[in-house]
Amino acid sequence: MAAPGRGAAFTAGLAVVVVAIQVAASVSHKAFYLTQLTMSAYAMLVVLGLAMLMGYAGQASMGQAGFFAIGGYTAAYLTTLNLAPRRGTLLVVVLERAHLLMTRPDGSGGTITHVHPWAAALVAIGLAAAIAWIVAGPIFRLRGHYLAMATLGFGIIVHRIFLGSSLFGAADGISDVPALALLPGFAISGRATSRVSNYYAAWGLVLLTLWMLSNLIESRIGRALKAIHGSENAASAVGIPIARFKTRVFVLAAVLAAVAGVLLTHYNGGIGPSEASVMKSVRYVAIVAVGGMANLRGALVMGTVLTFLSLRGYFGSFDDLVFGGILLAMMLFAPEGILGGELWRRLRSMLAGKKRGDDATAA
Amino acid sequence: MPGTAEAAVPGRAIPMSSDILLQFCVAGVTYGIIYGVVAIGFTIIYNTTGIINFAQGEFLMIGGMTAVTLHRYAPLPVAILGAVAVAMLVGAAIEVLFIRWLHRPTVLRMIIITIGVSIVIREIALHIWDEKSHALPHFTGDSVSALTVAGAKISPQVLWVIGVCGAMVLLLGVFFRATPLGRQMRACASNRDAARLCGINTRNMVTFSFVLSAGMGALAGCVVSPITYVQYDSGTALAIKGFTAAILGGLGSTAGAAAGGLILGLLESFGVWVLPAAYKDAVAIAVMLGVLFLRPSGIFGSAEAARLREY
Repeated sequence: MAAPGRGAAFTAGLAVVVVAIQVAASVSHKAFYLTQLTMSAYAMLVVLGLAMLMGYAGQASMGQAGFFAIGGYTAAYLTTLNLAPRRGTLLVVVLERAHLLMTRPDGSGGTITHVHPWAAALVAIGLAAAIAWIVAGPIFRLRGHYLAMATLGFGIIVHRIFLGSSLFGAADGISDVPALALLPGFAISGRATSRVSNYYAAWGLVLLTLWMLSNLIESRIGRALKAIHGSENAASAVGIPIARFKTRVFVLAAVLAAVAGVLLTHYNGGIGPSEASVMKSVRYVAIVAVGGMANLRGALVMGTVLTFLSLRGYFGSFDDLVFGGILLAMMLFAPEGILGGELWRRLRSMLAGKKRGDDATAA
Repeated sequence: MPGTAEAAVPGRAIPMSSDILLQFCVAGVTYGIIYGVVAIGFTIIYNTTGIINFAQGEFLMIGGMTAVTLHRYAPLPVAILGAVAVAMLVGAAIEVLFIRWLHRPTVLRMIIITIGVSIVIREIALHIWDEKSHALPHFTGDSVSALTVAGAKISPQVLWVIGVCGAMVLLLGVFFRATPLGRQMRACASNRDAARLCGINTRNMVTFSFVLSAGMGALAGCVVSPITYVQYDSGTALAIKGFTAAILGGLGSTAGAAAGGLILGLLESFGVWVLPAAYKDAVAIAVMLGVLFLRPSGIFGSAEAARLREY
């Protein structure tokens, strides 16, 4: 798809845009936009992972919000569970010796002793990866409709567990999640004073992920994934271990979703069961579809725009209708996305006019 | 489920007597036959197109909601017929607008299209009606009237559900075997190219399969709405359960789909015995994952035939 260097140029260009938006927002006293842009950035981590899975490995996942929620809820649970009453039990003593506990004032004047946010984050991401790895075994024995239904079932079960158990706050979710200290004087949190730094942290992570995934796609692994998408039998015949590659990409996508879940939970200071709903999973799929299945940059650009507009409430009560409609329209008319594939090529050749011959040789 | 299973309080404390056993059975069969109808809807469309129509549950919702609205202006039978007609039109529209003209679409694309259709229908329903649950009145008697059969109390509506859906399944069997149109659809399902060579318009058969499955779903949605109520988003859960029933019976078999529905309904009904009621839906999903992972060909289907299929 890309000539070498084009990915780097896009990443650099995006970095410039990220800075420009921040400066423009701050200068025009509209810095509050940065909050939704930060939230969009974390959603884009989920989208990038899903684009790898759907676009390059060709495997549908209708349960990606489940991994986001596993990450977010685990982090939220561990950093709000007061261990002080259980001081003296073996586990708590071990955690204390290892300096993995911290104490902070709670909302009602007392103190709460809980697992350190960093330790909690590692547990959350590890848990998501482990679940993905376990689930991948049976799930990837399925294909097509059955695969889609199985991932959908997985997502619904995760949603039900978070919605139904009082351990995770049932319908209210978990709130009062502390900040995640990143550097001295800087933490992932929703405080207005650290809005700009959080914006850069989130987008820095997205750009880093994009760069790493682009490299992955241009590597042997990326070519193997495309081969699997093209034809599993053919890929298998040339010696690509299909099951292993599918599992790895699935775990990678789950880890990215969990990282997003952990960070967004710390940023928002809480998480609710709606984050795990089927509609959330379908939205991630819609965004990947709009970008063009196998097009990380397209998904990133279109996804940011759509998520930002949705978070700002521009779609009102038509929010889900917009996403459903977009999903439908994209799959009907431009299955390769707006910014990639047939539509774009046709547009480009129309603009290029006489140079059509050159275009054909280049493509 | 008011009317039939007031005794179905979750928990292990329920003593197992024969009338309670019967009560659970009736509840299971009532839900099961609805799942069976949804499963048959999946099967009809799958057989002619190879597509799993994720919007299948929406047909029941459209049927129930439209009938409730029409019933404000017309007597019940007219309202139900009108609702079935509306759902059939929607079914035809889905096929003509979103499926007919696609050239060799991939499975992934078709999955996403039908999911998109289901979301769009659901959200439009939310704006046409509202987010509240609605119900038709009970066809005979009211919500508290009950027949006593062998010590178990059964709402007359339950008999309506079982009667109407049972008759529908039997008539469908007759339709597929004894009418020219039914035979053409079966020919189209077993070999599309050969059917076309025999002069059957396979494209119209596909449209008709959507119409048929939408109409059946809508009628089921009408008869069950006094018991379960219906709201804009009740289609999703029904679709998942119907799909579970369809694969339980071996995807592609109409009789298997009906049997799968009954089995799932009974499993769910008796699942309330050991599980909290909040996890009732989890039974279906657990069954679905179990079937997918352990025996994708279903309980009645042959594993060899399943391997040759393209899912």
